[in-house]
Order: sequence, then C-alpha cells, then structure tokens
Amino acid sequence: MQAVVVNRLLARPAVKPVLWLLLALPALGLLWGAVQNTLGANPAEALIRSLGDWTLRGLCLTLAITPLRQWTGWHGLIRLRRNIGVATFIYGCLHWLAYAWFDQGLDIDTLVKDVIKRPFILVGTAAWLAMLPLALTSFNAAIRAMGGRAWKDLHKVTYVIAPVALLHFLWMKAGKQDFAEVTVYALIVGVLLGWRWWRRQTGRA
Amino acid sequence: MHLLKDRGFQHPVASEITPQGLWLGRREWLQRTALAGSGLAAMASRNAMAQVTPPGRLAKLPGIKSGVAGAMVMDKATAYADVTGYNNFYEFGTDKADPARTAGTLKTRPWTVTVEGEVRKPGVFGIEDLLKLSPMEERIYRMRCVEGWSMVIPWIGYSLAELIKRVEPTGNAKFVQFVTLADKAQMPGVRSGVLDWPYVEGLRMDEAMHPLTLLAFGLYGEVMPNQNGAPVRLVTPWKYGFKSAKSIVKIRFVDKQPVSSWERANVQEYGFYSNVNPQVDHPRWSQASERRIGEDGLFAKKRPTLMFNGYEAQVGQLYAGMDLKKFY
Repeated sequence: MQAVVVNRLLARPAVKPVLWLLLALPALGLLWGAVQNTLGANPAEALIRSLGDWTLRGLCLTLAITPLRQWTGWHGLIRLRRNIGVATFIYGCLHWLAYAWFDQGLDIDTLVKDVIKRPFILVGTAAWLAMLPLALTSFNAAIRAMGGRAWKDLHKVTYVIAPVALLHFLWMKAGKQDFAEVTVYALIVGVLLGWRWWRRQTGRA
Repeated sequence: MHLLKDRGFQHPVASEITPQGLWLGRREWLQRTALAGSGLAAMASRNAMAQVTPPGRLAKLPGIKSGVAGAMVMDKATAYADVTGYNNFYEFGTDKADPARTAGTLKTRPWTVTVEGEVRKPGVFGIEDLLKLSPMEERIYRMRCVEGWSMVIPWIGYSLAELIKRVEPTGNAKFVQFVTLADKAQMPGVRSGVLDWPYVEGLRMDEAMHPLTLLAFGLYGEVMPNQNGAPVRLVTPWKYGFKSAKSIVKIRFVDKQPVSSWERANVQEYGFYSNVNPQVDHPRWSQASERRIGEDGLFAKKRPTLMFNGYEAQVGQLYAGMDLKKFY
C-alpha cells in the first residue's frame, strides 16, 4: 500500500480507540476464560503465563515500530508507539500481580522472600520495575518537562528491558529443557536490537 | 510469621486429619453411630466408593479396596477430566494439554515388559500376564507434581513388590531402573530433544519393595488412558510425579544407583530421590505449598505441602538418618 495512504489512515482519530481495543483483547479473552472456567485445569498457571507471554509480545511490538517505519515509510505508526508501550507495562503489572496473588497468595512476607531467593523471579521483577519510570513519563507533559532528547534517552531503557525479560523467560523454561518458544522470542528481539546496532555501526541512525 | 517454633519434620500424618466431609457431617455422624453403630471406617469407605465412579470411557478394570496402610487417602478425588486432560508426558509434547490431544497414536497391544539384570528369574512378561499376576487393587493416592500442583487419583494396580518377588532379585540388586517406551512413530514428543530418550527412572530396592509403590494398570476403575502412561506405569505417591515412569517396557535390577532422565538433564533441580519435601525448595520456586487442581480457587491460598506428600508415617523410616537436603 502507498505509504501516504497508510499515514493518512494512521492519523485518523479513530485509530487510537481501535488500537486500545486490540491491545485489550488478550486481557479480555483471559478474563472471559477465567469467568467461564475455560482456562484448563490450572487457571492460575494459565493466567500468569499468558499475561507474561503478552508482556513479552508487547515489548517486541514496541521495539518493532521504528524498524517497521524505516522499512515501510509508515511514519504515522510513531503516534501509536507510546500507547503500545503503556499497554505493555499494564500487561507486565497484571503478570506480576497474577503471580503475587495466585501464586503467593498476596502474602507480603513470602512474596519478598520468593522474589529475593529466586533469580528468575528477581530478574522478571527487575524488568517490570524498570518499566515503571517509562510508564510514569509516558504523557505529553512529561515529555515537555524533560525535553525530547532526555526523554528519548530514558526510554532507551527498553533496549535493556527486553533482553532481561527474555532472560526471565529463558530461566523459567530452562529447567524443563524447553527452548522452542524462547528461541523464537530471542530471534525476534535479536533482530530488532541487532538492526539498531547495525544502523549505529553504519552511521545511518 | 510463624509464632510456633519449627520443629523439623513433625507433620500430621494423613490418617490423623479428619476429612472435611466427615467434619462437616459430624452431628449426622454421631446420630448415625448411635443409631446403627456404624463406625468411622464404614463411613469413610462409603465416601471413597462414592467418589470413584467409572466414567465409562474405557474398558472396565475393577479392583478391590486396598488394605495397604496409607493406600486410601480421604481427600476428594480430582475430576477424571482433569486427571486425564492435564499432565506431563513429554513423549507426547511439553504442554500439559498435549498428552490428551496426541496420545491416541500409542499402541498398547501387544505390549511386553522385559525384566532383566540382577534377578534369578529374568523374563519377558506380556501385558496380559502382568494383569493377572496379582489381584487388582484400588488405591487413592495424592499426586504432587514438582511444578507445584497436586491431584488425588484413584489408581488400579498392585504393589510392584508382587512382581519383584516373582523374579527373585539376587543380593546384588540394590536399585531398580525403569525404562519407558520411546517410539518416534507413536510419540510425537520423542522427535524433540527436550530429554534424552528413552525416559528412565529409578528407585532404591527398599523403595521399590515398599507396599505403596504401585504398578498401575488403570485409574477410575478403568484401564489406563494412553496419556496417563498406558498400559502399565509406576506410581510412587511420596515422590514428585515425574518419578512415576509411564508406559514401562523394561525393568532392570542393578547394583549401582542409576541416573534418571531428569537428573541427567538438570541435576541442580532434580535429584535421584525427589521425595516430596516442603522444606527443600526447587531452585526456581518454593515447594512449601501446592495448588490442588479443581479445588483451590484462583484467589484461595495454596495449601501447605506435606512431608513425603503426607505419607511420612508409611515411608519416613526409609530415609531415617539421611540428610534430605543433600539427597533431594
């Protein structure tokens, strides 16, 4: 499709509500599944894992916006990136909350012990907390207050969050020797970050 | 915070815990006792009978109620759909919904189990012979998965000791190794490199001889569903579920401790003994509590895991004097 046409479509006011509806669909699907009891024999596990999966997908999607823009010329996508990032943070919060509630019974004592004791939980929690400053500075006034340059630099933390989240996922799967899914996500994150590195090296960025 | 001092391995044994159903019906029970003079045992066995109705899916395999101590827990049995629809059987895929979906290709007849090694009477047993070797018993066991969930499963089978006695182990038989089927044609998961196939497991001789160690041929009063390890599998209820080898093709008596599949794959996380122990955590999660499938709701706190999965009274003496943190 012509980039001009796509960009004109992306500029429409209806795009954001539609985007948020799409971003909410996985969560709504899980909520529906929990209410209807169709999440299998272990709904708690299904919820915790699915919310984690969607957080990782959100991170990939956020990181894919810039390469996609360069590749297709659909620069209107930039308007949606912050929304996708905020949605990713929300999924991260739900993932952590599901773990804290369904797995740890919201018992602060055991929760703190569990996070500190288990590297895989600690790493996941760190990735989630690293998203917090990004989410807190996701509104227009914050960008104005910080200045575009500093804001952009701060939000480059995403380049660290994605690999850390990936490590958390790898660690979770490692005990069962089950690397198929991890490999797919590692390839995606690898390409998205590798592309940025390559652009820097070749002076295109 | 625990206000009581932790005194180590002193947990209530399962037989001491009044089942909730009985507790709720205590007045009725008193009346009943007064009227009919019927005892607790009768009531309990009625409960156990009522919960195990064959679902009518597979061929019937009836069993008499087991008289083995600890073989009939009073916990509510997990629904047949959950027992047969949510389990780990990597030969059929790593997702817990995979076995139910893909195990239809498993051929359970003809089936033989080779018994070899340090025995006076080695041999190849046909599945029909094994089914007739000893009377079938119904046993309701707790099943605790290393992943932190648990079920209660009414198995059909007999003590592995019955088979062991017939093959007459020699003095050199110190351990028993179980080798399971690994056939790419029947088992899609075997094509993946998740584990070294075939899946092997092992027990110390006294563990294998323990009356609770079950050679199982069925569940819920019917023959074993393919996804649960048909036609014959092991069940060691005081150990994490993966110790209970499924679809066994070979039983080998050896003098040295064999290396089990999960030990080979990741010895930091899975030891040879793998006894259920709330005080020895898995490196990636706590083993202190568990979620009972189908019972504990989303917002319910997980229930505490019992030492030796609640079979401490029966099997605790097997490990007397052993450092269970070292021999995990």
